[in-house]
Amino acid sequence: MAIDRATVDHVALLARLALTDEERALFTEQLRHILDYFARLQDLDLGTVEPTVHVRAAADVLREDVPRPSLERAEVLAAAPDQEEGFFKVPPVLEPA
Amino acid sequence: MVTEAAVDTVIGLEIHVQLGTASKMFCGCAVAFAAPPNTLICPVCLGLPGALPVVNRRALALGLRTAVALGCRIAPESRFHRKNYYYPDLPKNYQISQYQYMDHPPLGVDGWLEFTVEGTPRAVRIRRVHLEEDTGKLLHVERGGAVTHSRIDYNRSGVPLMEIVTQPDLRSPAEAREFLIALRALLQYLEVSPVRMEEGMLRVDANLSLRRADGTLGTRTEVKNMNSLRAVERALAFEAARQAEVLGGGGRVVQETRHWDERRQVTFPSRTKEEAQDYRYFPEPDLVPMAVGEAEVARVRETLPELPAQKRARYVSLGLSAYDADLIVRQPRLAAFFEEALAAYPQARVLANWVTGDVAGILNAEGKEIDDVALRPAVLVGLLRLIDVGVISGRIAKDLLPELTLQGGDPAALVAARGLEQISDAADLKQLVELILAANPEPVAEFRRGKEKALVFLVGQVMKETRGRANPELVNRLLRERLRG
Amino acid sequence: MTPALLPVSELLGQLRRRTLTPSDLLEAYLQRIERFDGSVRAYLHVAAEAARAEARRWDDRYARGDDLPPLAGLPIAVKDLICTRGVATTCGSRILEGWRPPYDATVIARLRQAGAILLGKTNLDEFAMGSSTENSGFGPTRNPWDQARVPGGSSGGSAAAVAAGLAPWALGTDTGGSIRQPASLCGIVGLKPTYGRVSRYGLVAYGSSLDQIGPLTRTVRDAALLLQVLAGWDPLDSTAASLPVPDYQAALEGGVRGMRIGLAREGMGEGLQPGVRAAVEQAAARLRELGADLVEVTLPTIAYALPTYYLVATAEASSNLARYDGVRHGLRVEVPDVVEMFSRTRAAGFGPEVKRRIMLGTYALSAGFYEAFYLKAQRARTLVHRDFDAAFAQVDLVLLPTSPTVAFRLGERVDDPLQMYLADIFTIPVNLAGLPGISVPCGFADGLPVGLQLIGRPFDEATVLRAAHAYEQATEWHRRTPPLEGAAA
Repeated sequence: MAIDRATVDHVALLARLALTDEERALFTEQLRHILDYFARLQDLDLGTVEPTVHVRAAADVLREDVPRPSLERAEVLAAAPDQEEGFFKVPPVLEPA
Repeated sequence: MVTEAAVDTVIGLEIHVQLGTASKMFCGCAVAFAAPPNTLICPVCLGLPGALPVVNRRALALGLRTAVALGCRIAPESRFHRKNYYYPDLPKNYQISQYQYMDHPPLGVDGWLEFTVEGTPRAVRIRRVHLEEDTGKLLHVERGGAVTHSRIDYNRSGVPLMEIVTQPDLRSPAEAREFLIALRALLQYLEVSPVRMEEGMLRVDANLSLRRADGTLGTRTEVKNMNSLRAVERALAFEAARQAEVLGGGGRVVQETRHWDERRQVTFPSRTKEEAQDYRYFPEPDLVPMAVGEAEVARVRETLPELPAQKRARYVSLGLSAYDADLIVRQPRLAAFFEEALAAYPQARVLANWVTGDVAGILNAEGKEIDDVALRPAVLVGLLRLIDVGVISGRIAKDLLPELTLQGGDPAALVAARGLEQISDAADLKQLVELILAANPEPVAEFRRGKEKALVFLVGQVMKETRGRANPELVNRLLRERLRG
Repeated sequence: MTPALLPVSELLGQLRRRTLTPSDLLEAYLQRIERFDGSVRAYLHVAAEAARAEARRWDDRYARGDDLPPLAGLPIAVKDLICTRGVATTCGSRILEGWRPPYDATVIARLRQAGAILLGKTNLDEFAMGSSTENSGFGPTRNPWDQARVPGGSSGGSAAAVAAGLAPWALGTDTGGSIRQPASLCGIVGLKPTYGRVSRYGLVAYGSSLDQIGPLTRTVRDAALLLQVLAGWDPLDSTAASLPVPDYQAALEGGVRGMRIGLAREGMGEGLQPGVRAAVEQAAARLRELGADLVEVTLPTIAYALPTYYLVATAEASSNLARYDGVRHGLRVEVPDVVEMFSRTRAAGFGPEVKRRIMLGTYALSAGFYEAFYLKAQRARTLVHRDFDAAFAQVDLVLLPTSPTVAFRLGERVDDPLQMYLADIFTIPVNLAGLPGISVPCGFADGLPVGLQLIGRPFDEATVLRAAHAYEQATEWHRRTPPLEGAAA
């Protein structure tokens, strides 16, 4: 499995995890080791096997379009790291996604 | 070198429509515009640890109705997927949406929408229709010219969205605008959304490229942040011109996302480094598939309201001009008004003339919609009947219309109260005719010399003297008789 | 004997006969917690005052002879991965330190309705990722049988609390074995219900298609009692089944005569600690003596269950844990740029195992690797499921050891993630197939508990409980209690 530092850096960015140099080295090593073990999945003949998305067959679990009470804003904002006048407050977000 | 004349504009649209449900897509919070911030939230739409989504039945029904109306192939089983990316207005840092997963297509694919562009029929293919949830709203706070921080309101997070993606079949900004008008009308007829663009209920992103003379497609850019139909048309016109200029100068169009700046009337490139977003789509484990059987699709199809194309055809068969038919059909509220009036006053063409002419004229002048004014179909019908039985002239009716439209009232009562009844008795008019003839020797002479226009003038004078109440045909006849001798 | 070491079924009897009050019962646990939890460290938070107030209310209601709900006045410990309104829920992570949910999980609401009292929140591997509780952001829990050893994980706190008599019973969660394995290592009963049997609303998600909440108890009867309250449809969880809930207590009686039990060949191979093998073989023999039909079955793809699980679970987890970003709740590292804020907050708040699994899961889903990893694992999952289906064509229950070893030493496996993952080799396949599975104590090896695992058909907890109960009642393992320091009960 080709796990190198560059891959680890890319994945860490996708996952929004700032890694230290030690972590970068450690994870590169550990992930490589783990994925080598996982390579055994290649032994299985999986070509035509349906993937399991849900372990139990079920469909159409739907909710009626009836409004229900919302949470009390005060209780929610009390848990927020920073808030201002009823809003969650964060450092400036400069660009649309 | 590429010259502007050699290029063709190729436009595709991605439209997000907020569905007109009472509650959100995956939770029971109410949907409402302009509620105080963060008062319509719950563990689910706030993405709190431990929360789980449950699909809103009505959102599915509205999405299905739209997909069927657009002629899409409906997936017998459609699933949700997670679209993973990080952004503060996205509480879970993934959006529950619908993606193509192996052989599982989203709600509807491969439809089309017919519309007209200045009378010419066009059709645009619809690539897909699917459901997803909306994000919260991010607001920037500025102090002293710099953005100091941002605020987030999650009221909108989780509101049901329907995404409609077209094939790149549009060929001009004007066409894009016409398409959107037609789509908006369709959505209103289907009653799936009130589609108030100013409230963000209809959002449009566009892809635009120029096709070279040799038929190859140029690089396309994505254009975002167009918040009105006019903005869409202008932004696309700007972008097409910009690309043409780049190519004309021997340059290459950069594939990028650009934002429309309404103030400066330009598109500018997004500052985000587009490390191609890797959304890591995978099937949503917390939601089971939605099954839509053939029988249900058939039922939805059968219970569709009359669609714009059918309505237009019906109007034309009733005698309306294509132009009038188009104009009414594009405005569902106006069409509803017209239909109600038509039920009481079957002279469709006459009615349409008044609706698309005088009524529409007043609405435009006042900047109002038909639903915002006092005029009721029954009142317009009453007015037209007064003309038909000769109580008033068309002129008087036109004069009364603005007041009836904006303030309301009963036409017959108004006519009676102000003594506006048409003077149709020759005996009453003969004296006045004599007076006018005596007072205008020149026009009389001109008419006798063959100038028809002079008669028009004289008729006008009589009308003026009677404050429009004289029956114009009668006045015309009386004058001619008098002047014949 | 102190009430704290009695099974709930007996405690309920005493409460109803008024030979014991809820307050006295609660005090028994609070005293033991005071005495032993300084070293066992099963709890992250003990809700002493609130519990006492509630216990007093139940005292009154019992005294008045009111009509009472089924669990009236009974304390319960809850794994700190389950949302309890207004009560700190950390998920064993610094990223949620101090967070109080504004809502109760459905299971908590059901417990409250049944009259249960929240005793406290128990320690766990951070976000349920681990098999030893050493991954907790707040320090490990110790195995009451030998405090130099792990209690198992990720529900180590709940298992240790029950084993040590610091709670009558507890809620745990199980994604790859996190109820069964700690139950096995701590010598108690742990049941993972069928996927969808118990609502996940309010359970902080790790592996969404695998997670289930279940009981950790002293006896099988207690597990049946607790499952009865937890199980059932929930309109807030689309994956919860609307199938009727049977009477699990009634289902306990009946014995195993004529029941077909399949001993999985792959469960008895090498890698199994000799003492564990001996205990499990003896348990199988006991079941045979009780009248069960023991046959051999095979689950050929069980060897692939581990990589399958670790790709599916980590992929789902990488997405489920994206929401911890410092914006709405929990820890925030204040920096001027929002993207930096996300990355630094998560770096500071998550422990290494969580980071490792997020990385693994993100990789498995990333562009270019989705098919090779995630999709492949989902297909392999189907094969594991089919193996069980084939086995259940021949038998009513499948038998496996719960864990290949007894409790290992603290620190022994922390540096080798793969070694740690192997602890769950017999429990993981059950989650992949969504089946119900129980671990019951079946002996000791080197003085440490060994667990027997019984796995049933979907929604057939009744058969699982019946066999486990028959076995338990024919043995004395469930009466053994750990030698806590100074202890005599």
